Amino acid sequence: MIARVMRLGRRGCDLLEALGRAGIFVGQSAVGVPSREGWALWLRQMHFVGVLSLAIVLVSGLFIGMVLSLQGYTILVDFGAEQALGQMVALSLLRELAPVVAALLFAGRAGSALTAEIGLMKATEQLTSMEMIGVDPLRRVVAPRLWAGFVSLPLLTIGFSVVGIYGGYLVGVEWLGVFEGSYWGNMQASVAFIGDVGNGMVKSLVFAVVVTWIAVFQGYDLVPTSEGISRATTRTVVYSSLAVLGLDFVLTAVMFGGLS
Amino acid sequence: MKRSKMMELGVGLFMLAGILGLVFLGLRVSGLTFQAPGDSFRLEANFANIGGLKPRARVTMAGVTVGRVAAIELDTDWYDARVILELDGDLEGRLSRDTTAAILTAGLLGEQYIGLSVGGDPETLAAGDTIRDTQSAIVLEELIQQFVSNMVSD
Repeated sequence: MIARVMRLGRRGCDLLEALGRAGIFVGQSAVGVPSREGWALWLRQMHFVGVLSLAIVLVSGLFIGMVLSLQGYTILVDFGAEQALGQMVALSLLRELAPVVAALLFAGRAGSALTAEIGLMKATEQLTSMEMIGVDPLRRVVAPRLWAGFVSLPLLTIGFSVVGIYGGYLVGVEWLGVFEGSYWGNMQASVAFIGDVGNGMVKSLVFAVVVTWIAVFQGYDLVPTSEGISRATTRTVVYSSLAVLGLDFVLTAVMFGGLS
Repeated sequence: MKRSKMMELGVGLFMLAGILGLVFLGLRVSGLTFQAPGDSFRLEANFANIGGLKPRARVTMAGVTVGRVAAIELDTDWYDARVILELDGDLEGRLSRDTTAAILTAGLLGEQYIGLSVGGDPETLAAGDTIRDTQSAIVLEELIQQFVSNMVSD
């Protein structure tokens, strides 16, 4: 019994310690003036984290917009309200689906790769050797990846929304025959730039920080064995998905739930 | 070196696409327009009941959108709703003084908007004037109440 309580206490302390390490870690690496060289490193990570994630994010966005439009039409047409299709597609994409789904895909596509990459660097003692020759691994390895994640996820979310709305247009207008004017017109009448697009961007920025932070920290903090790397990669995906979904509820409640 | 140039190009295109996407979301999806501030003018209208009218609702004339609702506030002198309309600058000095404003509903359950119709007065409304002749929103509960009380009295 006492042993169990002790174990619980130790786990609590471990958790707090890890949280503290993660905080110090992100603070140390995200701050700092980027040098010319840091800029090039950041660019390379932007390519890996952002540009190469573009395909999966855009294709998913297209299909989600199309399915949203199809489902929405079958329900709205019963009430004779299929003119509201554009409004429904745009609002659900901008407010919820684009930030959340893009963040989940990003965690799976880029987050896990970041963890594995940094983890392997640690396991093969590249990080330690960098410290030996006087290069700060936080600056050199971690900071460009963090900043690339912060910048690219909001951009990917914008792409997701645009493609999704276009997919909804393809299915709703081109296929099911909703009047084109009412698709765009109802959308424009109901979507507020700051209230909907802006809040969606704030959401996706928060998700970007959380997902990248979790991914990079899990890679930096893992047990440097092959099993440790595989565990850390799994943890990245699980933790970031849970964090994204949980935070999404909180952010939605604050932004759209009438709590002010 | 060539590879890194390609990469830079890719990242640049990616960020450009993101910015263009944001512009698309602004202009096409949320209907922002680049309008010079002098391009519109404001009128006021008092309604006894605005029903579900919201700021940014459309103001139409013969079904054509000519402006938006800029603000809705409670007029504490009369305890009715003062709605501030922002209309296209083209219409300034073209609306007769006896123009009427009515709160209408698009479809059975659709959004509410304001419909303007012009009268025959040769004098016109200037910016900041108040539209006198208004027709409030139809509130379903009031209609039902009237209907029921008519039934009872019959």
